Order: sequence, then C-alpha cells, then structure tokens
Amino acid sequence: MEKAEHEAYLILESGKIFQGKSFGALRGTVGEIVFATGMTGYLETLTDPSYYGQAVVQTFPLIGNYGVIPDDFESGKIYMKAYIVNQLCTAPSNFRSVSALDAFLKEQGIVGLHDIDTRTLTKTLRSNGVMNGMIALDPADADMDIIGKYRVKEAVANVSTRKIYKLGAPQSRFHVAVYDLGLKTNIIRELVSRGCEVTVLPHDTKADRVLGLNPDGVMLTNGPGDPVENAGIIENLKILIAAKVPIFGICLGHQLLALAHGFKTEKLKYGHRGANQPVKNLFTKQVYISSQNHGYAVVTDSIIPGVADSWFVNVNDNTSEGIWYCNTPCFSVQFHPEACSGPRDTAFLFERFIELMEVNQYAAG
Amino acid sequence: MPLDKSIKKVMVIGSGPIVIGQAAEFDYAGTQALRALKEENIEVVLVNSNPATIMTDRTMADKIYLEPLVLTTIKRIIEKERPDSLLSSLGGQIGLTLSMQLNKAGVLDKYGVRILGTGADAIDKAEDRQIFKDTMAKINQPTIPSVVANDVKAALSFAEVTGYPVIVRPAFTLAGSGGGIAENDEELREIARNGLMQSPINQILVEKGISGWKEIEFEVMRDRRGNVITVCSMENFDPVGIHTGDSIVIAPAVTLADKEYQMLRSAALDIISALGVEGGCNCQFALHPHSFEYAVIEVNPRVSRSSALASKATGYPIAKVATKIALGYNLDEIINEVTGSTYAAFEPTLDYVAVKFPKWPFDKFIYAKRELGTQMKATGEVMSIADTFEMAIMKAVRGAEIGLDTLSLSHLTGLDDKKLKKQMRRPTDERIFLVYEALKRNISVDEINELTKIDRWFLYKLDNIRLYEENIASEPMNASLYNEGKRLGFTDKALKRISGVQELPWRMTPTYRMVDTCGGEFLATTPYFYGTFSSEVRGGENEALDFIAASEKKRVVVIGSGPIRIGQGIEFDYASVHCVWSLKKMGYEVVIINNNPETVSTDFDTGDRLYFEPLTIEDVMNIIEIENPLGVIVAFGGQTSIKLTQQLHKNAVNIIGTSADSIDMAEDRERFDQLLEKLAINRPRGHTVMSVEGALKAAEDLEYPVLLRPSYVLGGQNMIIAFGPADIKEYMKVILNKGQDNPVLVDKYLCGTEIEVDAIFDGHELLIPGIMEHVERTGIHSGDSIAVHPAPNIDQGLADTILETTKKICVGLKVAGIINIQYVVVRRELFVIEVNPRASRTVPYLSKVTGVPMVELATRVSLGEKLLDLGFGSGIYEPTPYTAVKVPVFSFEKLTDVDTHLGPEMKSTGEVLGIGKNLQEALYKGLLSAGYSLVKAGSVFISVRDTEKPEIAAIAKKFHQIGFELYATSGTADVLSGSGLKVQRVHKIHENKNNVMTLLEGGEVNYIISTSTKGRNPERDSVKIRRKASKLGIPCLTSLDTANAVADSLMSGYTPDNTGLIDLNNLSHLMKKAEAK
Repeated sequence: MEKAEHEAYLILESGKIFQGKSFGALRGTVGEIVFATGMTGYLETLTDPSYYGQAVVQTFPLIGNYGVIPDDFESGKIYMKAYIVNQLCTAPSNFRSVSALDAFLKEQGIVGLHDIDTRTLTKTLRSNGVMNGMIALDPADADMDIIGKYRVKEAVANVSTRKIYKLGAPQSRFHVAVYDLGLKTNIIRELVSRGCEVTVLPHDTKADRVLGLNPDGVMLTNGPGDPVENAGIIENLKILIAAKVPIFGICLGHQLLALAHGFKTEKLKYGHRGANQPVKNLFTKQVYISSQNHGYAVVTDSIIPGVADSWFVNVNDNTSEGIWYCNTPCFSVQFHPEACSGPRDTAFLFERFIELMEVNQYAAG
Repeated sequence: MPLDKSIKKVMVIGSGPIVIGQAAEFDYAGTQALRALKEENIEVVLVNSNPATIMTDRTMADKIYLEPLVLTTIKRIIEKERPDSLLSSLGGQIGLTLSMQLNKAGVLDKYGVRILGTGADAIDKAEDRQIFKDTMAKINQPTIPSVVANDVKAALSFAEVTGYPVIVRPAFTLAGSGGGIAENDEELREIARNGLMQSPINQILVEKGISGWKEIEFEVMRDRRGNVITVCSMENFDPVGIHTGDSIVIAPAVTLADKEYQMLRSAALDIISALGVEGGCNCQFALHPHSFEYAVIEVNPRVSRSSALASKATGYPIAKVATKIALGYNLDEIINEVTGSTYAAFEPTLDYVAVKFPKWPFDKFIYAKRELGTQMKATGEVMSIADTFEMAIMKAVRGAEIGLDTLSLSHLTGLDDKKLKKQMRRPTDERIFLVYEALKRNISVDEINELTKIDRWFLYKLDNIRLYEENIASEPMNASLYNEGKRLGFTDKALKRISGVQELPWRMTPTYRMVDTCGGEFLATTPYFYGTFSSEVRGGENEALDFIAASEKKRVVVIGSGPIRIGQGIEFDYASVHCVWSLKKMGYEVVIINNNPETVSTDFDTGDRLYFEPLTIEDVMNIIEIENPLGVIVAFGGQTSIKLTQQLHKNAVNIIGTSADSIDMAEDRERFDQLLEKLAINRPRGHTVMSVEGALKAAEDLEYPVLLRPSYVLGGQNMIIAFGPADIKEYMKVILNKGQDNPVLVDKYLCGTEIEVDAIFDGHELLIPGIMEHVERTGIHSGDSIAVHPAPNIDQGLADTILETTKKICVGLKVAGIINIQYVVVRRELFVIEVNPRASRTVPYLSKVTGVPMVELATRVSLGEKLLDLGFGSGIYEPTPYTAVKVPVFSFEKLTDVDTHLGPEMKSTGEVLGIGKNLQEALYKGLLSAGYSLVKAGSVFISVRDTEKPEIAAIAKKFHQIGFELYATSGTADVLSGSGLKVQRVHKIHENKNNVMTLLEGGEVNYIISTSTKGRNPERDSVKIRRKASKLGIPCLTSLDTANAVADSLMSGYTPDNTGLIDLNNLSHLMKKAEAK
C-alpha cells in the first residue's frame, strides 16, 4: 500500500474526467488516448514506438506483475506520452525482473496514471471513438483548447533511426534493407534468426540509396501516426516497387505499400490494439490469432483488382489485414507477425519473405 | 466447413453420478452440447445414469436412457437406436473411456457409428501414457522424465535412477485416482501397487517429482480445418504437487511475462495440432520458477472441470463451441454469443481476474487426512470475479461457506511459529490461511515462499490485505480507508468487526460489471455480471442498471445453492434452474445469484440476469437493492439459500413461498416440537442440550441408542448414533471444539422403515408426487440410503396416514410451495423425523419418474396459483408401473482415512437411478450404475456387530445359495456355523500375521459385509478393514439391509444383457396419459 500518492486526473476531449493517482514522472501531459487489450506484454507495449504521441490505457486491470525485464523491450525507450492502468503492481515477481514499473517510468520520464477505472474509460473510447486527453495533477490545469487541438505529428521522423546500422552476420544468404519507421526489435531478430544480414535505414532514405545497397529484399516496419503523412516515403516506395525488389510490409509498412500502389487508408473508430485479433487468410480460409496495434487501416474497396488481392481480413470487422500483390514481389500485413507481445502464430510470414527473396534471387540469376 | 449434413442421429454419453473429480461441470457441458445439437435439428440419444441432471430432462434429448454406464448396456442401446455418430468428449472421463471401449470392442465399426469431434487416435495419443510421451517427443515438447510401468519392479528401478520424490499416475483414471507422491521405496511399492490395480489397463506412469514449479493451464480449441485458439490461461496459486482440482486457481495467469506466456501458449497449440483434437482440450504445464524450462504435465482432449471454469471465467461457451466443431463448423463460422457480432475464432481477453476456490469435505470427515496431493479431494468449488486479486480471493473465501469472511482462521493463532511453518510446508485445505497467519506474525514473504513455493506475487497480494487489516485495527477509520477496504474485498460486517467501529458512516455500493469476453472492446449484451467497487470519482459505472431499467416485467430473484458439497449436490442446481425456467414461463424477469462455476444455473442464458457473487447476506442485499424485485425465492438452493431467509426477512425482503417465520418454525427445534405437539403428531422423544453432562443425562433418560446432532445442519453434518456414554463424550468434544453455539439435539433412536415424501401445498390442496421407501432402516442418512419408489411396503392405510399427517404439517407450518418430510414407520406407527421447508435432493429423480414437474408446480403455487388448476390433481399421485431405485454413490477411494461405514451423517457424493419393471430389476440396474460389479461367484467376508448377529445368518444363507464361499471373524463365524453354514474363520488384525487384511489383499474376496458399533476413528480394526476394501475396490456393505438387497439382486437372475432398456421419453404410463389428453 503506497501512502502519500499524488492524485492525478485524466480529462478527456469530451469533458469527462477520471480520477486516479500519479506514478512515473510527476507531471501532466496531453495525448491521444487509446486502449490496448493484451493481458500480458506491457513491457513490449511500453517500448513499442508505434504508440508515439499516444497515451495507452490497459484494459487488463493488473499491470506490472512481472516487473521490468530489459530483455523484453522492443526499442530503446518509451515513446508513448502516458500510461494508464487500473491496479499498478508495486511488488512484482519474476526471475528476470530488475525493478518495478513505477521506477522504470520515472527513469524514462514518462507520465503514469493508476487506480483508474479502465473499463469505464475503455467503454467511453469504444463508443465515442479515439479521443484526446490531458493528464493533470490538478483538474484546474485542464485546458480544453489544448486537448482539442492536439495531434500526433511527424511521428515517424521522431521514432526512426538517424543513422544507418547493420545487424546479423555479414555475407549472410540474404541482405535485407529495413526502413525503420518505428521498428520493433523483434522484426530484426526474426530476420537475423532466418539467416539475413540487415541494414537498418532512416525513414527518409532515398530509394537510390536503398537500391545502391543491392538488397535481396526490403522490409517496411511498423510505426506510428497517420500513414498519409509520409508522402516522401511513399514516393521512394514507388521507385522500389518499380525496381521489383521483394518488399514485406508490416502495419504502417503495410499501409504505406498500399498507398504507394494507389490504394487508400482510413482512420478506424478506436483501432485494434491487442493480442487476440482473428485474421483470416482468404486464400486458404485458415484463421490465425494475431497481435495488432493500429488506428488506421487500408480501405478494402480501394484495392485495385489485378494490382493486388485482399489476402487477410479481420474476422471481427472485415477490415483489411493483408494484401498480396500480383505483379510485384510484395506482400504486407496489418498485424504483427513478429508478435512481442502477442501470439507467434503468424511468424511463418517471415519464411514467406525469405522464399520470396529466394525466388527473386533465382530469377535474377 | 459448415454443418456436416450426414450427421442425423447422435448418441451422447453423460458422465454418470457425481463423484470427487467429476461433478456438475459435465451437466453444464452436456446441457450446452444438447442445446447445440438441437439447434441443428439433430436427433439425440442420451445415456446417463445420473437423474439429478438438467441434461436428462425430457426436453433436452429425443431419447433419454437413465441406464448403467457400462459397455454392454451402451452396446445394446446402440443396437436398438442405431445412431450414426457418437459424441464422446462431453461426458468427462467416463464418457471418453466408454467411447474408447466401444471403439476397441468393434461396436462402433459394426454399427457404423463414428466418433464426432476428437477421434479415437487423438484420444489415444493424449490418454495412453506411452503414446503421449512419444507424440510429445516428436514435436519437441518436453515432458517430465518418467517411465510407463506395468509392474511395481519397473517403478522401483526408475526411482533408483532419478531419485525421490516420484509421482505415480495411473492410466485412464479420474482425478488422479490411485495416484500419489512417493518419498521412498516403501511408499512407492504401496502407491504403485494400488495405482496398477486402479488403472483399467493396469498401467501407471512414474515420473520425477517437480513439486514447486508453477502450474499453468491452457484451455484451447481446434476445428477440423486446423484453426487453433486459446480460450483461457490459468495459474495455480499452489505450485505443482497439488491436484489442480484442489488448487486455488486464478485466470488468467498473472506471474508470466509475455515471453513465458507465449512460449506455453504456442506449446499448447502445437500439442492440440499434433494430437489432431477437434473441439476443446486442456493442457497442463509445469514451469520452472527461475528459468524458461517447462514440461507438459497432462493433456485432456475433452471438456473438463477446467473448461467449465474457463467458460465461466471468460464467458466463452467451450462445450457449445466444441459441439459445433464436432458437427463440422469451423471457429470462424460460429458466432460469439456474448457479443453477437464477433466470432468464436478469437481469444477472450479479460478485464478482471477470476479466482477458483475448492470446497473440501473435511468439515464432514473429521478423521480424513487433510493433506493435499495428486489425488483430488474437493467435492466442488466456487469462483469469484473482481478487478483486483485481493477482492477476488476475499470473495471466493467468503463464498465457500466455510464460516469465514476474511483470511483469518481463528484456531491457527494457537499454533506456535515452529508448528505453523511445519504445517505450511505440507499442503492442506487450510494452507492459504496458514500463510495469512504467518504474514500476520511478520514471517517474511521470502521465507513463506521458501516453505510453500507459492509465488511471491500471491504472497505480496495477501500481505496487502494483512497490512490493511492491521491499519484499521490500529488507526481510526476514515472514508478513504473505508474505500480502500472495499477495493480489497472486505464486507462492511468484517470492516466493522476489525476496526471496532459500530456503525460505518460511509457506504460504498458495488458497481456491477459485465463479463463480455473482450475487455470492453466490443458492445456486449450478455447480462452476466460481477460486483466490484469503483467510486464515482473513479468513473464507476454500474453496467447492470441499463438492463434493469430496460425491462417492465415483474422481477424475481432466485438464490442458487453455492458450491457442490456432500449433502448439497447438483440436485439443488437442478431445482434452481427449473425454478428459473418456470418463472420465465410465467412471464417474470428472473435474476440468479450464484457462485458455482460448474453449474447450469450460472450459464449466462439460464436467467435474465446472472450475478456471479458470493451468497452472503451483504452481497445478496447489494443486488436486491438495485434489482428491487417482487421477492426472493429461497426454496430451491438448499441450506445455502434457506440460511439467508431470516436475514432477508429482517431487511424487509419479501420471501416468495413459505414465509420466513414458517421456515424458522421448521428449523427451530423447540418451535417445531411445539407445533407437532399441538398437531398431535408423533416424533421420537428428544432433548436439547448445551453440554456433555446435559447430553449424558438426556441419553440416560431416553435410553440408548440415541441420535446426536447440532441444530441447523446440512446433510446430517456431525450427526451420530450413540450406543453408550463413551460415544457421547467423543462426539461432544468434537462439536464443542468447533465453537458450536447452537444447541445439540439428543433424540431417541427409533429403528424402523424410513419413508420420505416431497410434497407441494397451496394452502388448501396437497400433492404428493410419490412416497419413497428406504431399503436401509433408520440410522442411515436419507442421502446415503437406497430409496425405492413407489414404496413397496406402504399399503393404502399407511399411505392415507402419511397423506393426512403431511397435510397437517403443511397447514400447521403454513407451507406455500414445496416441502420434504422424512418419517419412520415403527410397527405401523408413523413418526416424523425431519421436515425441510424446501426442495430436497429427491426432487429431480421423482420429477423424472412420475412426470410431475415438481419444481414448476411449487414455483407456481408459491406465486399464488392453485394446484387444482395445474393439471396434476391433489392427494397422492398415482404410482408408476415402473419401480425406480435411487442408489447413492461414494467417493471413498479418494479420501484417505474416512470410515466408509454408513450412519446418520451423509457421506455420498452422488446418486444414480435404476428403473425397472419390478424392484429386483430396478435394484440390479441401480447397483450396476452405482459401480457395483455384481459378480455372482467368489467369496464374501462377513464381520458384524453383536446386535446384528441374529439377522446375519439369513443374509449369509442367500450368498451361500448363490454359490459364494463365506469368510468371517470369530464371533460372526460362530453365529454362521451355528446356523449350519460352512464358514472359514479369519483372524482379526491383531490376532495373527495372517489375518483379514492378507485375505483381502489376496484378491479372493468379492464382497464385504462389515458393521461395527464404533467407527470413524481410523485406528480401529473395523475401519482399517473398510478402508482396505475401498482401496482395493471391493464392495463393502455396512448395513445389513443393503447387504440383503444386494443378495436379492444377485439372486434375481438379471444381467446387463437381459435388463430392459427404458427410454424416459417413452415411459408407457406417461405416453398413455399424453394420448388421453
């Protein structure tokens, strides 16, 4: 039982206020409030760059149970604006844990809010759609104007690497150029473990530069924000597509690949964020449980027949979850085959990418 | 793939009687399955010997056979009904084992019956220890080092290599029957021998002990296409070493990081894919607490207790989905009924935790070994839901009806630290309370973790509760502390007691939340709620209010019966569910409150709203306050709901049916005696006492033998017959130790024929659907007696007296609805021995046999309808042309050191029904269903108490005539040879090394008749003999009446091949009636 905790408030764009207690950095902040439904994997969620600019609500009420495990981080730091939970665990238990969640957020300077009625908050977001919100130590600090005007901007630029770096064994069988749009480390691990050498590139790397690396394939990672904001990347992608380099897109990468092919994206009411989303492969009718984190989706009707086929759809709401391109060696999925957190059921897609590169190598002689 | 249209007629095998390890969960699963089949218009043939189930209700299946679950009978039913398919995975281990036997015997092939869902190969891969190990090795899933042994020698040589402890698990048995942990050669020899004997294929698995690892379970599903999902993960509070049925369990798993969680989840999915399961499956893992090392412990390719728990914990109806999969559907073709808009192909996500707490029978079996191990001992369980673990465990404990509303168990304060630590190391049913006591003494979490291996996470949570309790005991209470207490799960009553504050100036009411499978992500409409405490400032939203506001109907609250225990079993859930259905039919909106996850009543679509909450007055009143019902029905939830009556009444809640005052009059000994006196109705003479001296004096006055029992009891709890002062002293010591503040009743024990009636009374008219007669004379609890309907020895004159007396009692008590009365007939004179102003355990079976919908009639009458308008007349309902015999079923083999001698205290866990053209046939079928092998040759061992020696010769003669050899101890042998019977004398245990025990172990004896004046204490010879019998699986008859009935049954010439097969839906007398109408 912690004593003398500071009261803190969440003020939603709609004016609704939730009272809780502060943890992590003791200050206020503004963000886009989204909810995530995974019951495990809060460390992966906290360190997932795709949450840049957002404040994340966990629907599972007991958070911090297994403490802080640096091995499980998906990036070097926490990019989200704030983290909102119901019961924060102050006495965690796990053989790999090095500290408690409160200390981790403090060290990272991230605002935390606990003792919040996360179910009611989630239901509010579900029925009203995603909203902005402010976390304030004093409700008098709430500024509805600031809350209303808040937008997540230049997200990709803020999370992407500034420098090019290489990972994996040199002279591997495949060389993959990875566009870092906010990548989760496990994407790299999955590629390296399958015998790839990886060159991680900043988001604004020009297509010529990429082609100059002579990669066997290009990986477009996950990342934050509205996909249409990334006009520069989309232009570069068009060149890479024309060059017939095998491309695998995940999440934001999937959306950008679609936009580069002339398809459209839209904002979802409250997105998919969780580890339990069913996706169906329309070619085989097989259903997989996937990990997801996205607020935008490709408009299925905008997929141009002959250019691409709808490959995966969400079983719950039928939104686009994967596209298979007909004339270019590209495919992409909206969900996260790299998991972390979440089910590993679709990790086989990395093998598909390897196969694609293999076939392409062979065809190229 | 959609529905497989070639499936037209399906046989479903139920799980039979309730025994430890196989309780109401299979009625819940079976009922869901039958409904799923009906939705597809498939003809269903159901076989189940348990009459106390919803699934054996007329409307649930087209053909219903309450027949013995033995191979021959099922084969004959297949021959007769010619189903095209068999659903094998919904009848527990019994259903699965029978299906496999039918397959191996070629019956399925011969009649072209295919197994739906998980096939025979998959079942073999999961159930046969060796094939399972090989399959796991093939897909790189680690198993615990082990050896499959077919003899004791192989077990011993394995232990020599791996070292002790080792765990023994017999193949193809239920709830770890016959298994155990061996610490040395001697123990292993005994456990292995026993396990080999219990296994139907004489095979055991001996494995390396890994006690202390985390025990994690996954409920997973797979369809024909190979789609796989996880429904729920569960973590055992108690580490590996305690049967999961005896463990406190939390869903979802809470101490695993995503890496560990996904590792095990993937393993579970790989396993069901490799096995080829089609339907539901349970996978149990052991996970090393300090590494990623894990091992697959067990896989159950069927619905189970865990799947029922997972269904209730998540809202995902596993049995229904499993059935749809069996019929050909894929997961993405089955709608998620909770949201109505999403599909079964998803994984539920929770925004709360569910905690399961077992209900053990040790309050009844005071001499039973309370140690927990690999053999399950709990008879039932409760579940609680909350958004903190602290609140959930507090709700679970107070809902378990063990006399606690916090984790403080008072008698533990007497233990010194050394003893406390020692006891913590050996798990018992009280371990969580020992842990809490240790925390109160500032024994560190690390030390407790060292002693118990319970994960620190749980210990820290319990410590939060402890810290709070200390705070409010020392600091003045304030609003914020009060709110904190509510969030930790304390009742107001407990807060007042601990803080010493007489009246709390604050009141926080629960906010009810929906169990919606999706963490609030989608709109759900299932009215399935749990209470939590979320203050308004926190944004607390009471999700039940919209539902309450949406309906204009009059509302009734039905209180369920809580956890399954001895004396209060599935019968009460049956009655509760029928009450709910009747009320719905009458146009009421029905609210159910119950906390048992195994039941049909807690299925989210049984009532209009379900509150999964503890059945304490405070929890119930919180719900009544927002529901504002017309009234509450307490008559169908057994003692659990009856116990609440007076407090509900005090809170100005309308009790529908028999009034609170009348219920008190029936329960209060003195008031009841006055009533009987006024009505001039006979009862055994008796006194009410408070002390040992008082009891001795009373017994002297009444003359021995006398019956002793505490007032306000259930199932004859702590009830004995005392034959002398020593018995009284022993008994009073036990009772007074328990802090009994209600008086003890001392009654003259009357020996006679016991008669039982269930009756419905509307204020004027009385309907007795049937009079039942017990085979055993008085002295044996009615729940443990073989009951026969119609009563064979009750002539018209006696029947008239029974009708008249029953009516007098009903008028006197002002009964409105249902009542149960037990009488004893001594030389044609009728005495009342017990009156229960509520539905009894005989209601389901009597309803089924007579065709009188007793619960519906009682419900209607409670709400003012008149019996004569309901179509079943009044008086004694006309007897059926069939005889129906209810036979009790026990779980003695699971309970070490419990005396199997029957007496006034109930010991059975379940029951079966035998229906026949005459008493002999019905009895034969009933005994067969109850698990008696009914072999007709071999030998019988007899040892009876002196008072019964005059009667034993006649019974022994019958066994002799059938062809049995007789063995007896000296006194009994004298009597038998005196009657001219050839008998072999056997030494008592202390007399010779070669004695009765060696005789039994030799495997020569087929039946034992053993009665004694003294029992209970496991040190006594007679108890040792009966325990041995139970261990060896030899039928042991502890009443001469039962023995006589068995003898008659053996002489009757019936066999599984020649008994009639009776379809409950085609009972001729009922058919005739239907035609006449």
